[in-house]
This record gives sequence, structure tokens and C-alpha cells, in this order.
Amino acid sequence: MPYFGFKGGIHPKYNKSATQSKNTENLPVEVGEVVHIPLAQHIGAPAKILVKKNQQVKTGELIGEAAGFISTTIHSSVTGKVVSVGTVEHPIGGRVPGVSIEVEELTEDYVPIDSGDSFQKTVLAAGLAGMGCATFPSHVKLSPPKDVDALLINGAECEPYLTCDHRMMVERTEDIVKGAVIIKEKLGLKILAIGIEKNKPDAIEAFRKFEKEYGFEVIELEVKYPQGGEKQLIKACLNRVVPEGKLPMEVGAIVHNVGTCACIYDAVELKKPLYERMVTVTGAVKEPKNLMVKIGTPISKLIEYCGGFVGEPKKIVMGGPMMGLAVTSLDTPVMKGTSGILVYSESDLPDLTQYNCMRCGRCIDACPMELIPSAMDRFVVKELYESLADWHVMNCIECGCCSYVCPSRRTLVGGFKTSKRQVARILKEREDNKND
Amino acid sequence: MTDKLLVTFSPHDRDTMTTNKVMMLVVLALLPSILSSVYFYGHYAIKGYLLTVIFCVALEYGFDKISGRKTQIKDNSALLTGILLAMNMPAGAPWWIMLIGAFIAITVSKSAYGGLGQNPFNPALVARVFLLIAWPAEMTAWIKPQTVMNGLTFDAVSTATPLGAMKTDLLAKGHVVMENIAPMTDKLIGSVSGCMGGDSALLVLLGGAFLLQQRIITWHIPVSFIGTVFVLTGLYWLVYPDQTINPLMHIISGGVMLGAFFMATDYVTSPMVKRAQLIFGIGCGLITVVIRLFGSYPEGVAFAILIINAFVPILDNYMRPKSFGEEAK
Ligand code: SF4
Ligand code: SF4
Repeated sequence: MPYFGFKGGIHPKYNKSATQSKNTENLPVEVGEVVHIPLAQHIGAPAKILVKKNQQVKTGELIGEAAGFISTTIHSSVTGKVVSVGTVEHPIGGRVPGVSIEVEELTEDYVPIDSGDSFQKTVLAAGLAGMGCATFPSHVKLSPPKDVDALLINGAECEPYLTCDHRMMVERTEDIVKGAVIIKEKLGLKILAIGIEKNKPDAIEAFRKFEKEYGFEVIELEVKYPQGGEKQLIKACLNRVVPEGKLPMEVGAIVHNVGTCACIYDAVELKKPLYERMVTVTGAVKEPKNLMVKIGTPISKLIEYCGGFVGEPKKIVMGGPMMGLAVTSLDTPVMKGTSGILVYSESDLPDLTQYNCMRCGRCIDACPMELIPSAMDRFVVKELYESLADWHVMNCIECGCCSYVCPSRRTLVGGFKTSKRQVARILKEREDNKND
Repeated sequence: MTDKLLVTFSPHDRDTMTTNKVMMLVVLALLPSILSSVYFYGHYAIKGYLLTVIFCVALEYGFDKISGRKTQIKDNSALLTGILLAMNMPAGAPWWIMLIGAFIAITVSKSAYGGLGQNPFNPALVARVFLLIAWPAEMTAWIKPQTVMNGLTFDAVSTATPLGAMKTDLLAKGHVVMENIAPMTDKLIGSVSGCMGGDSALLVLLGGAFLLQQRIITWHIPVSFIGTVFVLTGLYWLVYPDQTINPLMHIISGGVMLGAFFMATDYVTSPMVKRAQLIFGIGCGLITVVIRLFGSYPEGVAFAILIINAFVPILDNYMRPKSFGEEAK
């Protein structure tokens, strides 16, 4: 397939060299350490708690079950004792319901999942949620109510600094391919392709070796953010445009991240639930690394393992610099969607002095959704939610390109995120009025 | 130590370009033209630039202070307006004209609307047009360019601009007298009389190329503006060759080059949407030509841009491109 490309997008500084050629290391846990596992690590309803205080749990044991269709399961990442069932730190929610477990025994074994009778049930039982950052429950994406014909594997890793997907593509190439082939066969799909940005030649080469044997295609992607955005990837690889407000399956496509494919392989072939993941730890730390981390490990442990901070940390981001969340506490645990821990010291932070919008139009050129961020920003400031709805703010994917390029440092995407709830209400009212 | 962690919205990295840098790059692009006007007008030019810049920056600072707003002078836009204002005046204009010009540009047409980004009309042009109407004599007292060779201080000799000469001859004799109009080469290098800046079409073009290369502006406005002037004057010239100068002379005379690259492209007062920018440029060109050919003023660039400025909000609203995946209504 040719590369079709997409409009807009930006070329930020990638800063990936600190970790992109280092092998992943295992972050060891010690007896007595406590992991904090939130029950809401995915989009949708938080999982329903299944354990009680002082209960013994084993690695991989189910501790939370899906509460509804758009939800998923949660497993213990260690073997030990539940020390509290209450709340744990969360990067957005302040504190959220969660389970704290004290490690009592070190083991590589895990409780295999009870896979059920269908592929989707296996995926649900393993607790898979998107490993990029959207963390949409995977079994939902794998139960398309419509006909789909194409599976795209997202190996773009377009967020600067992050290299965990890159390392996984090099270190677990065949597992990713096998996971993808499982999806393709289970859903009876015709097209299977993996898109990788050209700045990862070693990963591209690794996949090329398996291309013939497994019958898929490697698509070399232009290095441009947000190349890994679902809608952008589908446009770039398949030249299909997902309609506003619709899911990729509308145009017959499913997109899964490379990490999710590896987890699907683990779940189906090894009966292993999702209780650990790869995390890039980089920025102002002594030795930036990619680590395999048990879900629930506080980020302070990761930073400690990487030699500690360089200088005074000023901001710590969970995820990448474009879409990641700034955390308030070092106790915040690693979750299923945590792809990176990025530490900024004072001097790494950009100057955020705000000026008036001078209508330069840079944000418009950068927006991959072809929106007019500068105009929407005026509506946000004046709280004109009706106008925001008319200018399609709901189509914004919150990629942050507009804010990144704005020379006047307008908050743009921040305002769009916070306004969406109001706008959604207005759109719903309009819909209701139409149906009356 | 970590209870002081900074929390902001994403993205956490930003592009290195900032608004004050954008303005400085435009000033840099104007530098060749500034230097050439100093070369041709000596102390008149130096005095002109200094006074307008000082007046503009001081007035902006003053307004922000009085209205209790955080001062905006750091964005460098008042500096740029000052330079453009000087460029839109005859060399040797008296200081009080410059002060009034700065007041109209900064206080009336910009600060009063809320400062950078809020004003509908190009500040320097509003000032120019206001002065032209209120003090026509002072604003058309063109002096003959000298060169620095004659020393920085020289006495002004008044003269007419090429477009002015054309208009006079048309009214008096009914046709253009080519001998009375400076040759094309003079206009390219700038040794003709006219506003202080933009005398040399070549140097303005050089600055414009720099802006394009730095991606401060895109080709849409300058090309559609200059192209329209060229095509329309060309058609007229083909039909009535003795009634006007050739289209090439049209685009390098007067304010077309400076207007198309530096005034019409002013972010604040031009459309943000590319398609709308094309319409905007064509509109500027059209009105310029109509005034030049049929109006009583010899030059129409400033009027043209101001008139089209008024349509910018409408253009931006109605030409909003469909967003990705937006369904046709
Ligand atoms: S990039 Fe910033 S200054 Fe430029 S138009 Fe957009 S919001 Fe305004
Ligand atoms: S955050 Fe939204 S508005 Fe801004 S560039 Fe991305 S999609 Fe466009």
C-alpha cells in the first residue's frame, strides 16, 4: 500500500536518542514494597472490586471485574497481601478507588487467565486496554458491530521522548506479529499492515523479516506528529476518512497499538493477563531507561532505579510531552496506559509568557483535524459554547499541535478539553430538539 | 521538594517561535528598506524612524498604564507599527504629524480595541489615510531623494512621485507623458520620490522573500494582490496604452510591493484561512487598480487594504474549511 499522508501536523524535537537503543530492563520489586492499583485505568466504568483487606493475592489474580461492556478487568501485579482497599493517587482524578498490595513473595509465575469461550472474552479476561494513551478497553474494539476488513498496527510512536514501543518492536517483533495475526484470523480480516515511522529503521527492518511468512505489510510512515493518531493513521495508510464523531470501524478499520498486539499474544498463547508494561523513563534523570514495570508501582521507584533526578525536578509528566499529564505526586502509580515518565528540570521547560492571539494562523496549519483553534479559543474565553459546537470542537483529538506551535502561547487545547463537556450537552439538546 | 511540582495542560513542550520573535523577524525583513531610505533621505529618514518608533511605543505603554492593563510593548508590535508608519509617510514630515500619526495608529486604531490581535484595521494605514485627508499638503510634500554622498544633512527639494506625475499629466494633457515618469530602474533601486519605505521595489522584495523563507507569511496574499494589479493594469494598458504606465511599472511603483508583502499580510487584519487570503489579496489588488486608474488619488494601496480589512471577519467565518471527516450539510 502506498503512503497517503494526512494534512496538518508538526515536527517537534524528538529527543528519543537517550533511550532508543537501550534494551529494556526489568524493574525488580522487593518484599515489603507496596503497589497501588487503581480500578479505573481505562476509558469507561471503573472495575468492580473483588478483594478485601488482608486477603492474600497472587500475581495475575483477578482483583477487579469489568463493570459493564465498556470497562475491563484488573489483576494483581504482585504476590502478597491486600493492605488497603480505598483510594490511590491518579494523575487526573486526584485520588481514585484502588487497591494497595504489599509484596510478600517474589515470583515470575502468574495465575493464568480463565479464557472463556471466545477470543473477545479472552481479551477481556486479560484486562487489555489500549497501550498507547487512550486506554480504550481492547475487547470493545475487537467486537465491531459493523463489517471491518483492515487491521492497522500502530507502530508510529510519534510522541517525542518515548521509545517503549520502538524497543518492543525490536525486542518482541515476532510476538507482536503473532498477536496481530491472531486478531486478523479471529475477525476474518483481509488487510493487515503495520505502520512505523521512518525514524525507526531497525524496527522496520525487524518486521520486514516476517512480512512474507505471516502475510502482512510494513508501511513506512512520514515522521510527523500525530502520525499515530487513529484517524490520521487510517487516512495515511488506507486513505479512508473517519467521519466526525464516528469510530474507525465506520470505515472498516481497526487500529491497535504494537503493545496491545504483544499483550494479545500473551493472553491467547500464554494465558497471561496484563499486569506489567514497558515504560520509558527519560528527561532529567541520571540514566534514562526503558523498564518493564509492574502496574501499580509508584513512579518514584522508577526514577530511583534510573539513578534519580538530575537537578531539581520542576514538572513530571506521565506519558509523552504532547499529550501526557503532569502529575502532582511521586506516589502516582504506573497504569496500563502509562507509556512514559518524563522529568523536566526548570531549564527544560519552555517559556510560557502569554501574548494576545495575533491571528497568525499557525495553529490552523498545524491542526490535523483541520479545525480553527484560534477562533475556538476566542469562544472558549467568552464561554460561547454554542459557537464552539458550530466550529466542531468535538472533532478535536486533543493532540496539542495548536498549542505547540502558538507563538503567543495560548492555552488552546487546554480550553478545548475543558469545554467539551458543556458542548456535548448542547449537542445533545440539539439532537433531542430535532427528535421532538 | 516534590510538593512544588508544576501542573499545566499538555503539551509540555513548545515551538521556539514566540510572538515577539515573529515581530523582530518582520523588522529584520524591513531592514534593507530602512537602510535604503536612510541612504536616500539621510537625516530625514533617521529622524522619521526614531520619532515614530518612540511615539508608538510610548503611546502603547501609556495607554496600557492608564487603562490598568498589563503592558503589551514586549510583543514588539508597537515597534513594528512605528517603523511601518514612518515608511508610509513622506520623508521630512514634521514631528507633530508623526505624533498624531502614532496616536491614530496605536491609541485609536489598536489600544482602544484591546491591543494586539483585536483591531480590525491595519494601524499604520489608518494613520496614513487619516493624515492624508487631514493634512494633505504635509502628507504629499515629497522630497527628492539624494544620496548619502551629499552628506547626511541636505536641504529638501520637493518633487512629485511617479504615480502623482502620471495623474497630473492625465488631468492636464489627457495622456501619460513618459518623460515625466522616472525610469523603471530607478524604481527598482529606490531613487524615486515617494513614501520613505518601499521606495526600492527590489529591497522590499528581498524582505518579502525573507519572510516567505522564514515562513512568517505564505505566498497567498502577496501573489494574489500583486498578480491582480498586474493583470488588471495590463489589460487597461493594452486597450489604452497612452492612459497609463505599463503593468510592470504599476507593480513596482507606489505602495504595491510594500503593501502586498508587509501591510496586507499583517496577521491581525488579514484572514487566517488560506482560501480567504486569496480573495483578500484579489480584493486589495482590484480596489488599488480602480483608485489608481479612475480615482482622484494617484495611489490606492492604503485605501484598498483598509476597505478589505473590514471584510476579514466575514471572510474567515464563511470560508471556514470543513474539518476532518465533517459531513457535508
Ligand atoms: S497560533 Fe496562536 S497566535 Fe497564531 S492564530 Fe493560533 S492562537 Fe493565534
Ligand atoms: S488539539 Fe484539537 S484543535 Fe488543537 S491541533 Fe489537535 S485536533 Fe486541532
